[in-house]
Amino acid sequence: MSFPWANEYKPQHPVMQWVDERLPLPRFVYNAIGGGYPVPRNLNYFWNFGVLAGVALVIQIITGIILAMHYYASVDGAFNSVEHIMRDVNGGWFLRYAHMNGASFFFIVVYIHIFRGLYFGSYKAPREMIWLLGVVIFLLMMATAFMGYVLPWGQMSFWGAQVITGFFSAIPVVGEPLRQWLLGGFAPDQAALNRFFSLHYLLPFVILGVVILHVWALHIPGSSNPTGVEVKTESDTVPFHPYYTAKDGFGLGMFLIFFTLVTFFAPNMLGHPDNYIPANPLSTPAHIVPEWYFWPFYAILRAFTVDFLFIPAKLLGVIAMFGSIALLFFLPWLDTSPVRSGNYRPLFKKFFWFGLIPCIIILAICGVMPAEGKWILLGQLAGAYYFAHFLIILPIVSRIEKTEALPNSITEAVTGQPAAA
Amino acid sequence: MATVEQAESMTETSKVETLGEDGVRRRDFIHIAAVSWAGVGAAAVALPLVNQMNPSADVRALASIEVDVSAIEPGQAIKTSWRKQPVFVRNLTPAEVAEANKVALGSLRDPQTLAERTKPGKENWLITLGVCTHLGCVPLGAAAGEVKGEFGGYFCPCHGSHYDTAGRIRKGPAPLNLEVPEFAFISDTVVKIG
Repeated sequence: MSFPWANEYKPQHPVMQWVDERLPLPRFVYNAIGGGYPVPRNLNYFWNFGVLAGVALVIQIITGIILAMHYYASVDGAFNSVEHIMRDVNGGWFLRYAHMNGASFFFIVVYIHIFRGLYFGSYKAPREMIWLLGVVIFLLMMATAFMGYVLPWGQMSFWGAQVITGFFSAIPVVGEPLRQWLLGGFAPDQAALNRFFSLHYLLPFVILGVVILHVWALHIPGSSNPTGVEVKTESDTVPFHPYYTAKDGFGLGMFLIFFTLVTFFAPNMLGHPDNYIPANPLSTPAHIVPEWYFWPFYAILRAFTVDFLFIPAKLLGVIAMFGSIALLFFLPWLDTSPVRSGNYRPLFKKFFWFGLIPCIIILAICGVMPAEGKWILLGQLAGAYYFAHFLIILPIVSRIEKTEALPNSITEAVTGQPAAA
Repeated sequence: MATVEQAESMTETSKVETLGEDGVRRRDFIHIAAVSWAGVGAAAVALPLVNQMNPSADVRALASIEVDVSAIEPGQAIKTSWRKQPVFVRNLTPAEVAEANKVALGSLRDPQTLAERTKPGKENWLITLGVCTHLGCVPLGAAAGEVKGEFGGYFCPCHGSHYDTAGRIRKGPAPLNLEVPEFAFISDTVVKIG
């Protein structure tokens, strides 16, 4: 669907016309990311991050396919094959560093994309399906990133696999058999490494498929915008191309500057040095930490230290960690305020900037710090706030808040003049 | 090729022909039976696809190991590997045995006495898996100079679980005591694990 004033695809070249009549793929692209997609005229730079996430996925798939040509998944050889890529394969160091940091940058842009959605209420009707598919993509990304981190078979790879698959053994009765089924053994070993490699290759294409659904669902109501007011007339929109291809192009340039800076000058900044030690099943690193993008969730996992109502602390931690993501599926129905954008919600805005954001930063810090002393308590408090924010504060704020007056239209918000009829 | 109208009229006739007194079409049985049988077939195909994930024969064919413990002095411990997992063999000092026996069972998260975790007459030999029951890290405390935790046994650095001198969980997130594998003393100095 699109707005009635959307430009129609008119093939310039007879060849394109010939193709379009037989397989309307050029038309499909034109209507999706070309001149045929009318977009609100007032998007700010936070609206660049969806396209940037798509670019990051493509970078990961391309570098990943090439790395797979040189890597082999064997407990005796995986670590050495990664070193072979780093030292011997022509330009291999660049491809691996790009893939390693590409994962981090993928998460950076996706986190900004998610927080854009949280602040501007992009998850609200009629865009719930876009949000739900986005949470699915996020879960798939986490699984893919975890399995990719295991592949070099360094100390953090091995012990990360041990800890993460240990989550499943927390499930009563079926937990331990389930863990052995997932690993194909009693501890992470050849069978686990091989299947993680297989799935790490598969899942990005599953992500790509869900991304296509995500964009498809987006094109039904069209993009949201910083005012949260729906598009009403033609003067509220501009065609995606050239307006937003240009704006996204600028954002992409900025993204690539930061990405290449880190890849070339600080490639190991976001990694952990222990992963350059080959995996040793008999020695746990003094301090196991996941990659930075998992820190907040790791803090929630570790926040439970005592049993509660006969539920073991370990199971509670695992339930809370998965719950912290699962509750995002319910967000469109927890926040009942009819106003989408945080810009017009004074109370919501305060809880967002002074509640949710600091809470997640504190959780991230607790996730990287050793689980002792004040970090446990701090993690527990921040974890409790995280759940309270979504399950208690948001529903109450939605009911009691007096929102500010919305502009009559996007055009009026931008020009100060009512839209010409 | 049948047109839509033909197909519809065919359905009409077949309805008339097969509708029984109770309103049940005889063809329904064929449909249900066919789909059910296809379901059985799908399940039969899914079984090997799921089962291939389980530990393979070479992983399951686990040799037991024999450990010579004669060189382990009281207060010392060794780490060995069994089923690709670490095993701690520890020779407790009389003080450590006394400390373990002193604890009130009711205060334990996973109540077990030292005697239940060792062999009769060999209460000083504590043999446990070196796998934290929380999320599977290797606890510290077996090798000389490692932190033994607040209860003098083992300490898991990953999430801060403390085990006492009988390898029992005392503090931290782990739900259970360190697992005691099946083992037997073949002689005074050799232990067979597994």
